[in-house]
Amino acid sequence: MKVSLFLTCLADVVYPASVGRSTVEILERLGCEVDFPKKQTCCGQPAFNSGFHKESREVAKHMIKTFESAEYVVSPSGSCTSMLHEYEKLFEDDLEWQVKAKELAKKSYELTQFIVDVLKIEDVGAEFNGNVTYHTSCHMTRLLGVKEAPMKLLENVKGLKFTELPFKQQCCGFGGTFSVKMVPISEQMVNEKVHHIEETEAEVLIGADLGCLMNIGGRIDRQGKSVKVMHIAEILNSRGEAG
Amino acid sequence: MGIKTSNEKFFDRVEKGINDSFMRKAVVEAQGRLEGRKTQTTEELGNWEDWRDLAEEIRQHTLENLDYYLEQFVENVSNQGGHVFFAETAEEANEYITSVVKDKKAKNIIKSKSMVTEEIGMNGALEEIGCNVVESDLGEWILQLDDHDPPSHIVVPALHKNKEQIRDTFKVKRQYDKSSDPTELALFAREQLRKDFLAAEVGITGCNFAVAESGSITLVTNEGNARMSTTLPKTQITVMGMERIVPTWKELDILVSMLCRSAVGQKLTSYITGLTAAKEEGDVDGPEEFHVVIIDNGRSKILGTKFQSTLQCIRCAACINVCPVYRHVGGHSYGSIYPGPIGAVLTPLLEGYDDYKELPYASTLCAACTEACPVKIPLHELLIEHRKDIVEEAGKTSFAEKLAMKGYAFAMSNPGVYRIGSKAAPSVIGPIAKGGEGKGPGPVKLWTQIRDLPEPTGESFRKWFEGRDKKGDKS
Ligand code: SF4
Repeated sequence: MKVSLFLTCLADVVYPASVGRSTVEILERLGCEVDFPKKQTCCGQPAFNSGFHKESREVAKHMIKTFESAEYVVSPSGSCTSMLHEYEKLFEDDLEWQVKAKELAKKSYELTQFIVDVLKIEDVGAEFNGNVTYHTSCHMTRLLGVKEAPMKLLENVKGLKFTELPFKQQCCGFGGTFSVKMVPISEQMVNEKVHHIEETEAEVLIGADLGCLMNIGGRIDRQGKSVKVMHIAEILNSRGEAG
Repeated sequence: MGIKTSNEKFFDRVEKGINDSFMRKAVVEAQGRLEGRKTQTTEELGNWEDWRDLAEEIRQHTLENLDYYLEQFVENVSNQGGHVFFAETAEEANEYITSVVKDKKAKNIIKSKSMVTEEIGMNGALEEIGCNVVESDLGEWILQLDDHDPPSHIVVPALHKNKEQIRDTFKVKRQYDKSSDPTELALFAREQLRKDFLAAEVGITGCNFAVAESGSITLVTNEGNARMSTTLPKTQITVMGMERIVPTWKELDILVSMLCRSAVGQKLTSYITGLTAAKEEGDVDGPEEFHVVIIDNGRSKILGTKFQSTLQCIRCAACINVCPVYRHVGGHSYGSIYPGPIGAVLTPLLEGYDDYKELPYASTLCAACTEACPVKIPLHELLIEHRKDIVEEAGKTSFAEKLAMKGYAFAMSNPGVYRIGSKAAPSVIGPIAKGGEGKGPGPVKLWTQIRDLPEPTGESFRKWFEGRDKKGDKS
């Protein structure tokens, strides 16, 4: 199976190789052939969510072109994948691009969703030793509708001691530009999230969206706390490391 | 009072809210309680998603045919001797209501809970002509006693107050000398209100749903005060938003059931009151004269636009009860009698962006509201629509933001530019990643006010992938 990786701009620009690398390695181990279209950039969500739809249309067109020949597009982000599914709304008056947008949406999956729903695999043979909890990101669960896949995969990771996060359905306060436009509110939200994470006594917080992880992890670091933040791809790619 | 509840700036209100620890504790408790009960009762019902589809369909159908159903309703009220007045504006509504009251030479007015009368500022208009207007909903009564403190929630208006604060208000305003025990407080309110019920010449109610096929109005309460307000006074005035119509009792049944479950997690509230026309011969109670005031006040402007679904709202507050922003800032931060997600969508539609341009941005777009809404209003999408209008039509975005977004779009659709930027990123982030409080360019400065950034250690993904490609070591 041929898979084109949509890395997302955060994993590309802000984070070191690890998340993308893990994604590639897992997919290859599960028998996929992975390519990385070099022209890819960002899904366009910052402009879309801020109401700059003319601008996000430009970005969307670029991304549609970049992935035009892909068989499957897989991304280590629920939020950015859900944005790819929103593209058709941008082209309500432009049938040609609307059709293309729909085609992209049809073949685009978030990583865990792809593994569970398309590859039909629930055990990726990972082992990770440590106390962990999981943050369900809002766009992944509510917009993309992926709730079960990450849990199914985590259940089969050996060595994982899992505690459910209290109030897991609550947003962490990231919200893209919200995190810089509404700093005082975002601060209260992320504080509450960090508090609940601490209640679980987990050493590692796992998430499937780097936006949330950058927000929660950034707050944890600023507060000098020791909980580590890891992307689910890194966990699924583990071979017996400890948290 | 009107829709606007504060002259303070948005961020000042937010700061006040965040620092109000009593309020925040009350909100967290209330959200937990209401949301928990909602989940339980909707699960009991089963097939909740099908019910939501059905409710959406009913509301959409009604709005699509609103003129027809309104006409049918008006005709049925009139045929049974009721008086109907259609008010295009708040002023027109208040003029009519005060004229009815003057005509009756009434001084004492009793009211049951109604958001729309708050919206039009009816109490103030009646007080201006010398009336004594008493709120009979316990929460509203508390707020009224407390120097007209604005509501902070559309179902539980005094949600921001704890029982000690309520005791103190009663003490100062009504010489209450008992404890803060809720039962004692409620008993006291009941005694006090009893006199007002008996003295009232006019009763004013809101309307949860008006039934077109019979010309009836219905009220959903837990305290029974709406019944007292409609059975004792000789004249009844019901004030309703023009969208509050259901075609028949069959649809009413469905929507009431969903309203009660979504609002307070009850299968049905203690009292569901249906009233048709004034007292007839042989009736033992009820008003002798019945008026319905149907309010437009900006609603017809919303009909037929991309915001039409806003009018599907049945004011259950489920969106408010799950909102993580409301949770931390409380209702008063919105500066409107309509707070939370529905408030952030509805208020700018009714009042414009001038005073409320921040509201559409006071959301992470987490979509908890959209998921909770029993009539499937896509609230978070409507917030984006507002943002779009603010950018494209209202011209209320700063030059800097416009420029930034243009630059963003340029970089993101030109991979060469994007690559230059991303190669530079580590050198920008590196020095400020840890503890760089308020440091960095543009929005990064705002980010680092409260958070660190990931440290740019090790090679980038692109480098790793390229290196691997060269070595040809794909496993
Ligand atoms: S928008 Fe939906 S959830 Fe919110 S109050 Fe209205 S009906 Fe209830």
